[in-house]
Amino acid sequence: MTSLITPNSIEQNQHMGNGLELGYKLTVENLHKSYGDHQVLRGVSLKAHKGDVISLIGASGSGKSTFLRCINFLETPTDGAMTLDGQVIRMVKDRHGLRVADAADLQRLRTRLAMVFQHFNLWSHLSVLDNITLAPQRVLGVKKADAEQAARQYLDKVGLPSRVASQYPSFLSGGQQQRVAIARALAMEPEILLFDEPTSALDPELVGEVLKVLQALAEEGRTMLMVTHEMAFAKQVSSQILFLHQGLVEEQGGADILTNPRSERLQQFLSNGLK
Amino acid sequence: MIELLQEYWKAFLYTDGTEMTGLAMTLWLLTASIFIGFLGAIPLAIARVSERAYVRWPVQFYTYLFRGTPLYIQLLICYTGIYSIAAVRSQPLLDEFFRDAMNCTILAFALNTCAYTTEIFAGAIRNIPYGELEAAKAYGLNGWRLNAFVVVPSALRRALPYYSNEVILMLHSTSVAFTATIPDILKVARDANSETFLTFQSFGIGALIYLVLSFALVGLFRLAERRWLSFLGPAH
Repeated sequence: MTSLITPNSIEQNQHMGNGLELGYKLTVENLHKSYGDHQVLRGVSLKAHKGDVISLIGASGSGKSTFLRCINFLETPTDGAMTLDGQVIRMVKDRHGLRVADAADLQRLRTRLAMVFQHFNLWSHLSVLDNITLAPQRVLGVKKADAEQAARQYLDKVGLPSRVASQYPSFLSGGQQQRVAIARALAMEPEILLFDEPTSALDPELVGEVLKVLQALAEEGRTMLMVTHEMAFAKQVSSQILFLHQGLVEEQGGADILTNPRSERLQQFLSNGLK
Repeated sequence: MIELLQEYWKAFLYTDGTEMTGLAMTLWLLTASIFIGFLGAIPLAIARVSERAYVRWPVQFYTYLFRGTPLYIQLLICYTGIYSIAAVRSQPLLDEFFRDAMNCTILAFALNTCAYTTEIFAGAIRNIPYGELEAAKAYGLNGWRLNAFVVVPSALRRALPYYSNEVILMLHSTSVAFTATIPDILKVARDANSETFLTFQSFGIGALIYLVLSFALVGLFRLAERRWLSFLGPAH
């Protein structure tokens, strides 16, 4: 098995300082992403300690979702650096951009960061239970019985009755589907949870049930990165907030930046009714 | 009519006394070619939707070739055309294979249905919502795992309604097998007709058997759809 650690990477990190210090769960340095001439991300950085809940906010097109998707390489960043647990993720550059040097490293990285999507993206041909157990069984090599037992626990944790286990996702409401998707993410026992606008595709009356689950996860000390439009919720659970504007971090700080925004752009953004 | 049935019912259903005939033969032709075609179509369909042109194009050429020519000509080429090539006859293995009418017929049928099935499955793969594939990648399912656990199971289910059509069309297409001396339902009907001159009755009985068989297949596929297609949700 090849390792995510390059030789002497820890030593290197100490020398490099600047964002690669020990102690961070995840660091992203100066991430760039462009589609042709269009620059979506123009150097976004982020540092997360274990247990941090970081909210990424900003208008549509500010690059916040792209940033999140670059972190697990669903999008190919054009430039930048990343560390996970102080280990540099080795990347190589090809004509599309940066990709993880080793396919097995990429797979391992993705199992450590579990993603919850705006449109749930559950596998529609599989029952709820199979949706939750598929990746643990087939990627992590967990035994079927263990995976199913864990799946039922996670279903319970996200507040779904055990009878939904045998149902297909399309028979569930949006809120239930998203909670299944959260259970699917938890079943990977990931180190970091990535949420890409988890409530944006939900009917207003279903948003609450999903936020409640997210809040519980935040309170139990999970490391979470969340793209969201739910400002009140972000204020409540975030340890750090990044406000993105046109591919750059315009303002960054604790939850209080939502009450006392310093930059004009954030003031504008918050006053646009997106509270 | 009664005499016709008395004399030919066995031949119509399963044997003329010396070999397998009629319904049994048609069913054998159908299952053998569908089985081979199905197994071949799965990898070919994956190749058909590949991002890499050099993987996609040969498959596209194959399906274009076999969907663009009549099955009857394909059968003639397999059965008589290939064997007329001296190089084939001089090769003991090939010689043995292509001398047998049954081998040639099943080969032609399997190649034909495989081409159609490949396109059906490839279409079903394209119909899988992109987000589901993205989620699979995000959860570390890559390469063969992605195909084996997400793409293929989902595509096969989505393909069911179109695939059932192909199977029934293939059933009807097996009736060209009589031209390669295979004693299928139509061959028995022709023999009965030429012996008794009860033309309407002879072919009528043949048609009836095909009809019942189609009906049974439709029923089977309906059951399969209820079992495997219900995931599409209450609206479907």
